[in-house]
Amino acid sequence: MSMDRREFLKAAGLSAVAGLGAKGAFDLFMPGDVDASEHGGHSGHGHGHGDEAEAGPKIRLAMAIDVLQLKDHSKVDKIKAACDNAHNIPHWDSKDDEVKWIWEDEYEHVFPDTHNEYLADEVRELPFLLMCNHCDDPPCARVCPVEATFKRPDGIVAQDYHRCIGCRFCMAACPYGSRSFNWFDPRIPLRAEGRKLNPRFPTRMRGVVEKCNFCVERLAEGKQPACVEACPDVMIFGNLADPNSEIRKVLRKRVSLRRKLELGTKPSVFYLV
Amino acid sequence: MYDTGKVVTGLVIFVGIFTFAFWYTGGRAAPRPEPKLDTPEIQKMAKKKCVEDTQFMITTHMQLLNDLRDQALREGNRRYVNSKGEKIWISLQNTCLKCHSNKKDFCDKCHNYAGVEPYCWDCHIDPNRSEL
Repeated sequence: MSMDRREFLKAAGLSAVAGLGAKGAFDLFMPGDVDASEHGGHSGHGHGHGDEAEAGPKIRLAMAIDVLQLKDHSKVDKIKAACDNAHNIPHWDSKDDEVKWIWEDEYEHVFPDTHNEYLADEVRELPFLLMCNHCDDPPCARVCPVEATFKRPDGIVAQDYHRCIGCRFCMAACPYGSRSFNWFDPRIPLRAEGRKLNPRFPTRMRGVVEKCNFCVERLAEGKQPACVEACPDVMIFGNLADPNSEIRKVLRKRVSLRRKLELGTKPSVFYLV
Repeated sequence: MYDTGKVVTGLVIFVGIFTFAFWYTGGRAAPRPEPKLDTPEIQKMAKKKCVEDTQFMITTHMQLLNDLRDQALREGNRRYVNSKGEKIWISLQNTCLKCHSNKKDFCDKCHNYAGVEPYCWDCHIDPNRSEL
């Protein structure tokens, strides 16, 4: 079959149109890739992997912890007590049952990926305060089958105890061990201790997972998180998206560390060393 | 008929147990619960009113509480604008129970009567009682 130039161009043009149509059909039936369609729309950037230049959200709440100040161990106790009291957190005797919102550990365990046997003694012995990192890309929220844990537009990874079914997928997914399961009724130790409860906050029930909530209930009332209120010189809380916020100022001045950055969860708790 | 005596006795006992609820109360209905509204906070109010009409609250408070819970927790919006346009801070322990500080004589009255056990109190605490 012979084909002159005119015929060829016609065929080529038609093929191009058909090709464009096919792409449209593809987009219609299989929009985006699977990853993006699963959790797109949560944080406003579907693909959101490491593209810092992208226009981010207006509010991105974060915490900077000045660990050098924690040499004075009374501050650690003060911060932990403030959190315990604000959220009616029970104290269990067994480590298997413990419920942790904010707790301490040493450098070696906090930053296992940056092992350094010649680390300064001062840093090695510091108590690092650990809490939920309120990641930008939280694996816990991704695995939760009932959307009990989810990311708020301000960056807080919230936990809805009404919806939690206690499957503990989130605990397996969290690389920071920030989540605790209520194996027993948390009111048992609260009652036994005879603790004065915070009447403004509920307890939890048996069978739900809990974690630090960045004091979302206090922020709603215009207060600072309980740990910040307890030790404002150690805990610096603020909006990362605002270049003039206190936390951005301190992060510009001081060297900061974040936990397990290589996992790509983009934690928003910074350790000032 | 074999064993007439045993069968009849058995039937009488069965009917007796089966109708226990009726003859135990002497045929009278249990008294209608009267939830109390005489808390100090409510006494202080010039015009005694809840966030919505009383009738609406009686019939629909469970639905309203559910919706407000989701609005506060999941949307992060703790301002409820009621049908009259008034703004109300959404919080079970800090708003609802502030006026209704008598959980025993208010919430529990009808819930016990209707035999419902709302799971609110599995986690939420009555802010007016110091112990659990």
